[in-house]
Order: sequence, then structure tokens, then C-alpha cells
Amino acid sequence: MNQLQNFTKGFFKENPILVLVLGTCPTLATTTSSLNGMGMGIATTFVLIGSNVVISLLSNVIPDKVRIPAFVVIIASFVTIVDLVMQAYVPALYETLGIFIPLIVVNCIVLGRAEAFASKNSILSSFIDGLGMGLGYTMALGIIGAFREIVGSGTIFGHKFIQGDGILVFILAPGAFWALGYLIALINRIKEPK
Amino acid sequence: MEYILIIISALLINNVVLVQTIGICPFLGVSNKVDTALGMAGAVTFVIVLATMVTYLIQIYILDKLGLAFMQTITFILVIAALVQMIEIILKKISQPLYQALGIYLPLITTNCAVLGVAILVIKKNYNLIEGVVYGASTALGFGLALIILAGIREQLELADIPKGMKGVPTSLVIAGILALAFMGFTGIV
Repeated sequence: MNQLQNFTKGFFKENPILVLVLGTCPTLATTTSSLNGMGMGIATTFVLIGSNVVISLLSNVIPDKVRIPAFVVIIASFVTIVDLVMQAYVPALYETLGIFIPLIVVNCIVLGRAEAFASKNSILSSFIDGLGMGLGYTMALGIIGAFREIVGSGTIFGHKFIQGDGILVFILAPGAFWALGYLIALINRIKEPK
Repeated sequence: MEYILIIISALLINNVVLVQTIGICPFLGVSNKVDTALGMAGAVTFVIVLATMVTYLIQIYILDKLGLAFMQTITFILVIAALVQMIEIILKKISQPLYQALGIYLPLITTNCAVLGVAILVIKKNYNLIEGVVYGASTALGFGLALIILAGIREQLELADIPKGMKGVPTSLVIAGILALAFMGFTGIV
């Protein structure tokens, strides 16, 4: 597979949320607005790239039997870095995302890519895979967040452009389930019409 | 009285799956049959209660004492992973029927965000040990409740004529959305 395909597969063909349906918890919880969703996506992208590169570097050193705990420790280290950096530089976003920053550790996408891709491929491919997958994830979170923000509060990126209050339920949990459900259905329909 | 408030709040008002949206992967993954949903709910309750106790003691007596609070995420996930492995081995030795019932779900639980989520939330909310365990147990029961309701509905829907694109995950998500709407009715009881 050439590197361009390797990079673009995360956006549509193997999009982590919309096609593989991995990492749904932060998707539902943090997409109350487009910016929150993308903030979460970028934090996850950083963890994905870091863990992919380090795991690919160490894949010959880590014994096969303890590879999962070893991967988890590497991922948890990067999550701790993100946690501390966000706490220091973007405290407002850190407050909103709250518990979901430490929960990146148990995000299935990160461990999934480590196991399925980074442990078997070169450093460069793993880096590009992490970047592509992370940006695909960010894009999906941004789309869901934008939809919920427009319908739920009539704003986009925080700018008000529809008068009135919006449909509050789309900011709350039910709207998250519906937005993701119908978006996945739409992707399924595009992939195989009828 | 305090404990009853914690139970009602964690079980219904802030239901872990339907309101806080933590633990969605197993919620979507093992909700096609009521039997498997019961098994998963039992295993999750068992692990959450034990993990809450162990992580709480580690936080108070090791991390806080040594000023290592920033190591929380790394320590907790390792402890939970080790604990799940240990429970699996112990169950296999002492209770074969229980192992048969819960065994296959145990490896999946390490990556269930509800376990790590509860462990961190107990520390964030400054609960003491008993409050933490009560909170953990009722959160786990709330997870089980939501899982079993969804499994029951999905069993009924098995024969329904659903458009091809909506089959599977999208349908479950839409049903979960309606359930979440119902659970919003509990807001403000306490």
C-alpha cells in the first residue's frame, strides 16, 4: 500500500467512528459543539501518533505475551502528557472534556491501531497511519459536533446565526445517539445503495 | 439517606450509559440477547466494585502519600488490567459455573471505559471508601439496567423489516436515544 492510500484510508474507507464504529463514548459525550468535538479529536490524534510511533519502534523488543499491557502503558503515558498539557494551556476546554481526557486510554481506536498496524509496520507508515486515522476521527467528531450545535443551539463555532433557542435535546445525550445513528446509516446507504 | 441519594443518582438520574455516555462499546456490542446482557452486567458489576475499592486504596495510600497524583491514569489502567486477569484466574479455580457464566466477558472488560471512568470519578467526587463502593455498585447496576432494556428491545426487533442501511448499530443507537430521552424524565428527582 502506498503512503497516500495509507493516509487517506482513515477519512472514509476505514473511518474509525463512521465505518469501524470504534471509540463511540467520547464521540457521543464531547460533540456538544463542533469545537469541543474537534478538541477531543486533536487530543486523540496526538495520542494515536505518539503511541503508534513508539510501539512501532519497540515492537521487536516487547515480548509477545505481555504486548497488550506494554501497549497500554505506552498509551497511558501519552494520555498523561495530553492531560497535563491541556490543563496548562487550554483550561476551559479541559474543564468541558473532563473525564473523557483520561478515558482516551481505553479508546478502542488507539489500542486497535497499535495492535493491528503499528506493531507490524515501519515507523513512517505507523506515523502516517496514526495521523490519517486521527484526522479522520477529528473530522467525524467535527461533523457530528457541527450538526448538534446548529440544530441544538443555532450557532456554528460559537457564532449565533439562527434566532431562537434551538432544540435543546440535541445538545443532551439523546441527540448524540440519534446524530451518530443516522450518520452511520447514511454512510451505509452511500457505501452500498439498496 | 446519603447512600440512597447516591444510589438513585447513579442508577437513574446520571445513568452511566444513557446520560453520561460512558461504556457504549459493550452496550452496543453485547446487547443482542437478554442472556448475554445479563452475563455482561454481572461481570461488569463484579469488576467495578472490586476495581473501585482497589484503586481508591492505591490513590489514598500510595499516590497521594508520595505526591504522584499525575500518575493516576497509568496506575489505574494497569491495576484494572491486572485485576481483571486475576479475577479470571481465581474464578476458574474456585467456581467453575461462575467462570462459565462470566468468563468470556472478563477480557472485554479491561477496555470498558465505565470501569476506569468510575475509578476516576470516585476520586474526583471526594467520596470515602463506602460511598465510593456504593457509587460504583449502583453505576454498574445502571449499566446493567440500560443493557438489559436495550437487549430486550433488540430481541423484539429481530423480525422487524428494517431498511438495510439502518440494520445493526444505527438502529441500536436510535433506540438508545429514545431510552435516553425517557431517562431524562428522572432529572430533578433528587
